[in-house]
Amino acid sequence: MAVLVIADHDGVNLRDTTNKTVTAAAKLGEVDILVVGQGAKAVADAAAAIAGVRKVLLAESAELAKTLAEAVEAVVVPLAAGYDAVLAPATMDGKNYMPRIAARLDVAPISDIIEVVSADTFVRPIYAGNALETVQSSDGKKVITVRPTAFDAAGTGGSAAIETIAGADAARTDFIGEELVKSDRPELGAAKIIVSGGRAMGSAEEFHAIMDPLADKLGAAVGASRAAVDAGYAPNDYQVGQTGKVVAPGLYIAIGISGAIQHLAGMKDSKVIVAINKDADAPIFQVADYGIVGDYKTVVPELMTALG
Amino acid sequence: MKVLVPVKRVIDYNVKARVKADQTGVDLANVKMSMNPFDEIAVEEAVRLKDGKDHHAAGTVTEIVVVSIGVQQAQETIRTALAMGADRGILIQSDADLEPLAVAKLLKAVVEEEKPDLVLMGKQSIDGDNNAVGQMLAALLDWPQATFASKIQIGDGKATVTREIDGGLQTIASQLPAVVTVDLRLNTPRYASLPNIMKAKKKEIAMKTVADYGVDIAPRLSVLKVTAPPVRSAGIKVADAAELVSKLKTAGAI
Repeated sequence: MAVLVIADHDGVNLRDTTNKTVTAAAKLGEVDILVVGQGAKAVADAAAAIAGVRKVLLAESAELAKTLAEAVEAVVVPLAAGYDAVLAPATMDGKNYMPRIAARLDVAPISDIIEVVSADTFVRPIYAGNALETVQSSDGKKVITVRPTAFDAAGTGGSAAIETIAGADAARTDFIGEELVKSDRPELGAAKIIVSGGRAMGSAEEFHAIMDPLADKLGAAVGASRAAVDAGYAPNDYQVGQTGKVVAPGLYIAIGISGAIQHLAGMKDSKVIVAINKDADAPIFQVADYGIVGDYKTVVPELMTALG
Repeated sequence: MKVLVPVKRVIDYNVKARVKADQTGVDLANVKMSMNPFDEIAVEEAVRLKDGKDHHAAGTVTEIVVVSIGVQQAQETIRTALAMGADRGILIQSDADLEPLAVAKLLKAVVEEEKPDLVLMGKQSIDGDNNAVGQMLAALLDWPQATFASKIQIGDGKATVTREIDGGLQTIASQLPAVVTVDLRLNTPRYASLPNIMKAKKKEIAMKTVADYGVDIAPRLSVLKVTAPPVRSAGIKVADAAELVSKLKTAGAI
């Protein structure tokens, strides 16, 4: 079987989510990687270095620079004829264009898989992660998004050839602009430690005053509950949960987060979970490996001291 | 202009889904059902567009049609949308659990019949968690799409949409007609008032069947089993930060 993986990148750097998707794809067959973008040669080079990759296809155009769904579709659909499966990580980008591609190919997309059982059978979470569904696809071609936290990253050391293919444009949607959150901390999806804050923080100033020093001390990324994001304490991009980011770091510290179903959906596969909450009955304690019942205002400073 | 808003009846978001013992699915007997939370946001935005609320110009939208595909009881979901301010409803009755591809094909048929200028819908349903129907509908119609909208402006024949993306926000302008899927931050849906609930009872709901649309809904995926996720082993409460740090060091977490 031949499998096409659509690379996830920021225009310059290949994201780790791509390597994780390659691990899932390699269970299905021989892997080629497609890089869409503009000025993305460095990304294609990085993709070519992933171990086990057969070749890298590089498609560049202005429309592809922002991975608009219509433009990505126009590149992938003709290419799909030569592949048995097309995979992308279940990032906001992948979720945006993959179902569009599936509909064009008249196949049922399989979203956010966490396990490859066989070439046509996959496991995916449903109902906010409260159930796992094993599905078998009867479609000749599979269109799949992969939950990156469920797979290890493929290593490097490969030296695949890079082939340039035509880009595409899609004039019916125009890119107007973007506002990206600037951060020197690790990316939420790739962080080994995440400290996450909830509504208890009360204000954006308090959120940052508590969370930032702790994150810096631990070299951690900062996350937030939906309540904290809705209240404006943290940017949307920080949201961990069913509708935000799904993370699975080595250590997740939930501070002032009650642990609603929707939040747990985004972090309950973390290796070690710590909860700091003054409500001893908060649902977060049911999934926490270590819990401290207490006010974060006293516990977090003590934690800073204890960390030395 | 006319807006079509697809809505889905799903398990209430506060209910923890329980897997059936025979692993055939999730137990929905006697479970509270509600409108999918993202669909409420889509209905709310359509009503604001019609009312000229927020930054929307009055009269942008003249008619809101809601459509649901599902069991007979999905009528209640349509009534809720009508009570929020939608004008009329369409229920395509089906007892089968339809896949996103079949739903997108049925919605395409509805779009061809109703000819809306905009389809406004939730980004995902909280039961299947697929996040696919809007994108698939756009592809089948060959319309542009703007997904995960946290701000929508309609004007000059375009939908200018601010989208939630990894790393921040992105603004794009899609030519109408288009499919826009909405994210959590777009608005806070209203509660239907009692007088509006009463008025909604008089609004029309057209009853249809899948056969009326001549669409192939054959499933492409077969569900082999549905299981409960692994349960985390019970944790411990520690007395203070010092003990926590020592436990984390022992566990190799820091």
